[in-house]
Amino acid sequence: MTAATATAREARPLPMARLRPGRIVTWTVLFIGGVLMVTPLLFMFSTSLKDAGQIYDLRLIPEDPTLANYFEVLGDGRFLRWFLNSSLVAIAVTLSNVFFDSLVGYTLAKFRFRGRQFVFLAILSTLMIPTEMLVIPWYLMSANFGWLDTYWGIMFPGMMTAFGTFLMKQFFETVPDDFLEAARIDGLNEFAIWWRVAMPLVTPALSALAIFTFLGNWTAFFWPLIVTTSSELYTLPIGLTSFAVEQAIRWEMIMTGAALATIPTLIVFLLLQRYIVRGVMLAGLKG
Amino acid sequence: MATITLDKLVKSYGKARVIHGIDLEVRDGEFVVFVGPSGCGKSTTLRMIAGLEEVSGGEIRIGDNVVNELDPKARNIAMVFQNYAIYPHMTVRQNIAFGLYTTKLGKEEKNRRVEEAGRILGLTPFLDRRPAALSGGQRQRVAIGRAMVREPAAFLFDEPLSNLDAQLRAQMRIEIKALHHRLGTTIAYVTHDQVEAMTMADRIVVMRDGHILQSGPPMEIYDDPVDVFTARFIGTPSMNILPGREADGRAVADGDGGLLFGIRPQDLLVREGAVAADALELTGTVTAVEPLGPETLVHFDLAGQPVIATAPARAVPEVGSQVSAQAARSEIHRFDRKTERSLGRRR
Repeated sequence: MTAATATAREARPLPMARLRPGRIVTWTVLFIGGVLMVTPLLFMFSTSLKDAGQIYDLRLIPEDPTLANYFEVLGDGRFLRWFLNSSLVAIAVTLSNVFFDSLVGYTLAKFRFRGRQFVFLAILSTLMIPTEMLVIPWYLMSANFGWLDTYWGIMFPGMMTAFGTFLMKQFFETVPDDFLEAARIDGLNEFAIWWRVAMPLVTPALSALAIFTFLGNWTAFFWPLIVTTSSELYTLPIGLTSFAVEQAIRWEMIMTGAALATIPTLIVFLLLQRYIVRGVMLAGLKG
Repeated sequence: MATITLDKLVKSYGKARVIHGIDLEVRDGEFVVFVGPSGCGKSTTLRMIAGLEEVSGGEIRIGDNVVNELDPKARNIAMVFQNYAIYPHMTVRQNIAFGLYTTKLGKEEKNRRVEEAGRILGLTPFLDRRPAALSGGQRQRVAIGRAMVREPAAFLFDEPLSNLDAQLRAQMRIEIKALHHRLGTTIAYVTHDQVEAMTMADRIVVMRDGHILQSGPPMEIYDDPVDVFTARFIGTPSMNILPGREADGRAVADGDGGLLFGIRPQDLLVREGAVAADALELTGTVTAVEPLGPETLVHFDLAGQPVIATAPARAVPEVGSQVSAQAARSEIHRFDRKTERSLGRRR
């Protein structure tokens, strides 16, 4: 770009549309909403950097910041274990969802077979059943199969979801049949067509599904609380709750644990922000 | 290379029959173009040959093998689709090589074929690009390359040029025709564009409502269409069809006549002066003119019937004026008014 054009661009007045009263109100409301959302998070990190004497000092930037709380929490081996448990559960469930939801979604979108619509409606109808209603059957099933207090017990209800299947079906329907037919003529079997041709064409939907599943499982509380009894199998949210009970009024320790639990979520968000926003738009979801 | 034979081929969707027992032989090395309006069954026929649609009745043979029950991959054919069907997540090289994905060829041979296809199709500089960085014509060449590397017994093209602009379409027509000369492989090509059919085919198959109306070399179909539909479908602008009768061996335009006369606009010439003894003269009011450069198309109204004639380039009549156009007797096609079947021309 030449210097002249750069200057011309800088000198261009702000379009009036950007200063309309409606826009000012929108931005103000969004700004207030943003502050309300971010403040607790900032206080959590701030408190985690304070010692016991400073926690009722409500300054956002601690007077004498310290990482001692982090060393203490991480020094307690249980926290690392819970962290690994959560990672294992969230990653395994995410991989499983990406694989099975897209496999079923693809089948429902691209194959014509008797009962297809019925199967799809049956899967979709499970979205209307609240988790609270499912917990008792899940528990009885886990007890019968000996899955109580096991990783499999924590993971199995979420290994495949109706939402994910629905999302993937909708996306596979946008893949032109010509792509699949060309691969069929080139000699690929149906599994290879799905894996090598169809899957790469729906990566935005796969990213959205993976992100939502990972975050959902990282923060899952209700079912892991019910199915686990030994502290070695706790996931982070359950571990943190028991930790908070143990630490009673040691808020700096509770906040340090919470901050550590939040970091992976923030990393996922910061790294994949683009995909999350696109995913929310694609899936028509509320974040 | 192989012959493709359709023997009483039928396709039904539930109770609706869309292909009505057609017979056709595409000879070894022949370039056959299926042409017809939307819904005539040409794409369905091609997809049955490819194995993408089940056959409801009759037989398809490729070479000596009946392929009705064979999977597409076992038929040794390659297909090029209207929307190219090249994969956006792969480079041009990977897309072309994808045609060899399931073959047992060595890596060197695969590479050699990809490079060769790239060279023939002028894609060598683009082999490491993604399809998004290519033009429509280049993308279609990638799709053709993917078909070529497999060295199939026959190529099937399903409206491959429909997504291209007019200029590129003209260029690709020539390229595909040249490729056929070079490779000599049997080609079955589907289009709704009669210009593509006329310019590319060794033989045109005109289809309508699941039937083959006529099959033959382009000029044969142009010169001797078997019915009014084929006569109007092949040739641009469409043939003028006028009711009439014959009196003393001469064609006379007459709304109550038992014949339909077909005159191509190129054979109906706007001219002044004496009418040849056996010629048909039509006079009407000019409604529009289309100067094309070498000639001008003159639209005129003949007692409520629109007619198109040709005038010399520089002699453009005024809209609203009266014109007179003449067609020699030998250029007038005659059709039965009831059946619309051709009765031939009086030569």
